[in-house]
Amino acid sequence: MLSFIANRLFQALLVMLTVALIAFSMFRYVGDPVASMVGQDTTPEQREQLREQLGLNDPFVVQYAHFVANAARGDFGISYRHRRPVSELIEERLPATLELSIVSAVMALALGIPMGIYTALRRRGVLSKAFMALSLAGISLPTFLIGILLILFFGVQLRWLPSFGRGDVVSLGWWTTGLLTKSGLLALIMPAITLALFQMTLIMRLVRAEMLEVLRADFIKFARARGLPERLINFRHALKNTMVPVITITGLQLGSIIAFAIITETVFQWPGMGLLFIQAVSMVDIPVMAAYLVLIAFMFVVINLIVDLLYFAVDPRLRVRSK
Amino acid sequence: MNTRIAPFFARAADSDLWHSFKRTPGAVIAAIVTLAIVLGAVFAPVVAPHNPFDLASLNIMDANTPPSWEEGGSPDFLLGTDDQGRDILSAVLYGSRVSLLVGFASVLFSMVLGVSLGLVSGYAGGRLDSFIMRVADVQLSFPAILVALLIDGVARGILPRDMHDELALYVLIFAIGISGWVQYARTVRGSTLVERNKEYVQAARLIGIGPFTILRRHILPNVMGPVLVIATIHLAVAIITEATLSFLGVGVPPTAPSLGTLIRIGNSYLFSGMWWISIFPGIALVALVLSVNLLGDWLRDALNPKLR
Repeated sequence: MLSFIANRLFQALLVMLTVALIAFSMFRYVGDPVASMVGQDTTPEQREQLREQLGLNDPFVVQYAHFVANAARGDFGISYRHRRPVSELIEERLPATLELSIVSAVMALALGIPMGIYTALRRRGVLSKAFMALSLAGISLPTFLIGILLILFFGVQLRWLPSFGRGDVVSLGWWTTGLLTKSGLLALIMPAITLALFQMTLIMRLVRAEMLEVLRADFIKFARARGLPERLINFRHALKNTMVPVITITGLQLGSIIAFAIITETVFQWPGMGLLFIQAVSMVDIPVMAAYLVLIAFMFVVINLIVDLLYFAVDPRLRVRSK
Repeated sequence: MNTRIAPFFARAADSDLWHSFKRTPGAVIAAIVTLAIVLGAVFAPVVAPHNPFDLASLNIMDANTPPSWEEGGSPDFLLGTDDQGRDILSAVLYGSRVSLLVGFASVLFSMVLGVSLGLVSGYAGGRLDSFIMRVADVQLSFPAILVALLIDGVARGILPRDMHDELALYVLIFAIGISGWVQYARTVRGSTLVERNKEYVQAARLIGIGPFTILRRHILPNVMGPVLVIATIHLAVAIITEATLSFLGVGVPPTAPSLGTLIRIGNSYLFSGMWWISIFPGIALVALVLSVNLLGDWLRDALNPKLR
């Protein structure tokens, strides 16, 4: 097991270095970093001095090493547009995005898994058909359209919920949370539903497909032949064996929730990292784009690592093989 | 020519696929809706009641007209008009054109790229194979929309500003295309690994046919089944991705609005009660994506020998 973890860690490191290389090349070769930082009236000498100071005249490998070393310490330079350190901007925005993503993920899991199990067990039921129809709509409705529809009904027509922003936030040292105030919680409802709906349908369809597959397996037939109660077969035997692929995909989906938050944050003007990123893309604010890329990659790598380790907890066969 | 087409239709009408199609009402309805939208988009200049991009025919007095059945609506503008007096119905027809164009083109691009890399990867094996698959793994760990966004952002930085609008459509097709090749490559590689050891391929190799001819003439036709299913479902994804990027304001240029751009425009008028500007393009988008998804589902089941 130790060699497996070491191997995985090495792979994760490789992925991070590759992503850092892409981010670095973006920073270095898309546009001129010096031209983006200085004003019109800077003399060529001053520019050259800045160039030297930033280390832009060093060999490629040295610059890349610097970039990686700085990135590892959380230093991504200064945003072209905001004229502030990128790390500061991200630190401000991170809590908003993480709160939104985690609430959505919990919602998607808490609803998606039971719905998946139900539709697999009662395949011909009316409620199952309704869930399946809902899931098809969930996959075909683009995230932003769900957001717009919610705003139209609950924000504009009924005026029940705020349509944009994050409400009042409470500062807890380095973390600002909207979960402790009434307006913060109200503001969270629509964005969280928007973000969760697509993931929920994916999880539901996955659980259903896996469960149907497992229920056809021989060991389930054997369990039935032994006369075990249906409830025991479904939950002890079938569900357990469904969970391995479900954990993989769910882990990957958690990462994509953070990425899809870009869309939700744009629709609801939610002051998170996604909104920062999309503004950076349209303003060609390369340091912010590079930092976001590295950060997201880091989150993905960590999630993948956790998922791989969870396999050991869930699948005893892996434990035996690695001995 | 007629002598060649007639037997083709006779064969098609007798095929398993056609029989299964006829027996699946969902697929038939989906096909009709898709066909209607595609025809409406292709013949938009003929079908559309107005030309929304002809500045001379726009009249600011017509701006913000609600749909014809609402109070204050006008029979001239069936689905109402936007803030500049453009007819929504016409804008939707022209917008579907852009959406479908980007969708089909990027699927084609993904498919050609993914299938070629998958064939080469599976047939050549060794280092080339593991390199291509590593790249695929890394890309697969990022959501397609993020990859497309990054490519679009980088293109914005590289291309000069005035050229960007002109090239925006191609950049978008490239970005969405690149973000989707992995699935094709993985599937095709898997099937190629199976096919290359079969006797017909060995026989072809024995009589001295080159590897590229073998790939193209012998292996390719045998791995295309799953590719068609992926392509159909990918078309829905590509259309959604395009709409999303355009909605975020980094997609097609405003001079050629797609359905996503129209929804974006309408979004800012939502609060003043003018829901029709973004809802009708939204309905068109959902109808299109839903139908394509249904067709994809049906095709997947119909081509799956396990379910027969």
